Amino acid sequence: MSAVLHRRKAHRNHPAYWAFIVHRVSGLALALFLPLHFLTLGLALEGAMALDKMLAWTASPMLKVTEWLLVTALALHLTGGLRLLLAELVGWSDQQRTWVAVAAGVGIGIGLLFAFNAFA
Amino acid sequence: MTATSYALQRLSAAVLAPLVLIHIIGMIIAIQGGISAEEILGRTQGSWLWGGFYGLFVIAAGIHISVGLNNILSEWTSMSRGLVAGIAHGYATLAIVLGFRAVYAVVFA
Amino acid sequence: MNEQTLEVDIWRGGAEGSFQHFSIPRQDSQTILDVVTWIQRNEDASLSYRFACRVGMCGSCAMTVNGRPRWTCRTHVSRVAEQGRLTIEPLRNLPVIKDLTADLTPFFEKWQGARGHFKGSATRHDEFAHVLPDEPARQAASAGVECINCAVCYSACDVVSWKEDYLGPAALNRAWVAFNDERDADRKGVLQAVAEGGGCMSCHTHQSCAEHCPVELNPTAAIAGLKKASLKSWLRGGRTS
Repeated sequence: MSAVLHRRKAHRNHPAYWAFIVHRVSGLALALFLPLHFLTLGLALEGAMALDKMLAWTASPMLKVTEWLLVTALALHLTGGLRLLLAELVGWSDQQRTWVAVAAGVGIGIGLLFAFNAFA
Repeated sequence: MTATSYALQRLSAAVLAPLVLIHIIGMIIAIQGGISAEEILGRTQGSWLWGGFYGLFVIAAGIHISVGLNNILSEWTSMSRGLVAGIAHGYATLAIVLGFRAVYAVVFA
Repeated sequence: MNEQTLEVDIWRGGAEGSFQHFSIPRQDSQTILDVVTWIQRNEDASLSYRFACRVGMCGSCAMTVNGRPRWTCRTHVSRVAEQGRLTIEPLRNLPVIKDLTADLTPFFEKWQGARGHFKGSATRHDEFAHVLPDEPARQAASAGVECINCAVCYSACDVVSWKEDYLGPAALNRAWVAFNDERDADRKGVLQAVAEGGGCMSCHTHQSCAEHCPVELNPTAAIAGLKKASLKSWLRGGRTS
């Protein structure tokens, strides 16, 4: 039996790697969402009623959840990004596990704050 | 990444950080009791402040997206460098154009 | 599953090949290097592998063990064998010569590419350089100077596997050591070497290098320092790309 060398993936099971995945996936999701966001706001060109119709459509439960996920993604991308800017432009800290946890907590917290105001 | 694209990404990130924070706070306040066109436009229409705020937001986001997409495509796909640059720059340009159109729509229309 | 035996899959071949299975006796305090050596001596003399000191000082025995790059002489079977099973492969991200031996040539080429060699300016007739040990720059250099080029970090790094031209954690860590060495005559040249396409900017701060380094170095921290220095230089107009 011959096989191309199966390059086993190195052990990625650690916080800084998860933080990278969250940062990249959230960034991609936001980048893909942005044109939709701009097109929605651009409806104002057709008048306030056109925009209101779209906003009413996005008030459906499934879309509200999507909205919440996007806000959480934005918050996590922000906090994760601040962690990196701090580490690279201000000064490295050896306590990155702590900073990853803080960034995740604050990001999720902001998302929850939005959810409590959007759904309650 | 080249030194220039890295610098542009970190600098655009530094610009975006406070803008995003303000935007999130604004959204949390605005979403209370539901969101309406009147609520949004009542705040933004004729406002050079919001126009400038979101205009800067759009430019910084466009630069940030261009470098970010370039990284993702060049690292996670086998597309050629030229194709990656084309898609990344093209998509970012689209976002900027639509962004300015949106800013115009809510401030000046 | 027999508590007295280990089920070992070992890579045989080059870039193309397959896993060969061995059932071997389990022993007390057995290391992965012990396992490979036992197999080569008792089961299959054609197995190729590399080692030197056997005592965790030289880094020559580095291989991929159950998916992670490690020094096999310092890896006890009892700590990594999942239910008595082991999978042993050559280091990732490097060409395979044969079986468990990887070709470290690209690794060393990148080491040089990051300006990993010292550029002196003094001669034997000059006075010794007076470098205070607690100066921040000296401490930064000392923190990274123990690297013995085992390539474990290079194998652990995903950016290395995604980008062929990425210099990698060891080379960049070395560049940071050179950059902080006040005796080095061309620290600007170090920045130029690491600010190009495959340089420090490509690091995404995964920290897999730091997680796996057997000498407990932190190349990510070194790369963060290089990024900051490079950005400063870029802002001052020192454009390299």
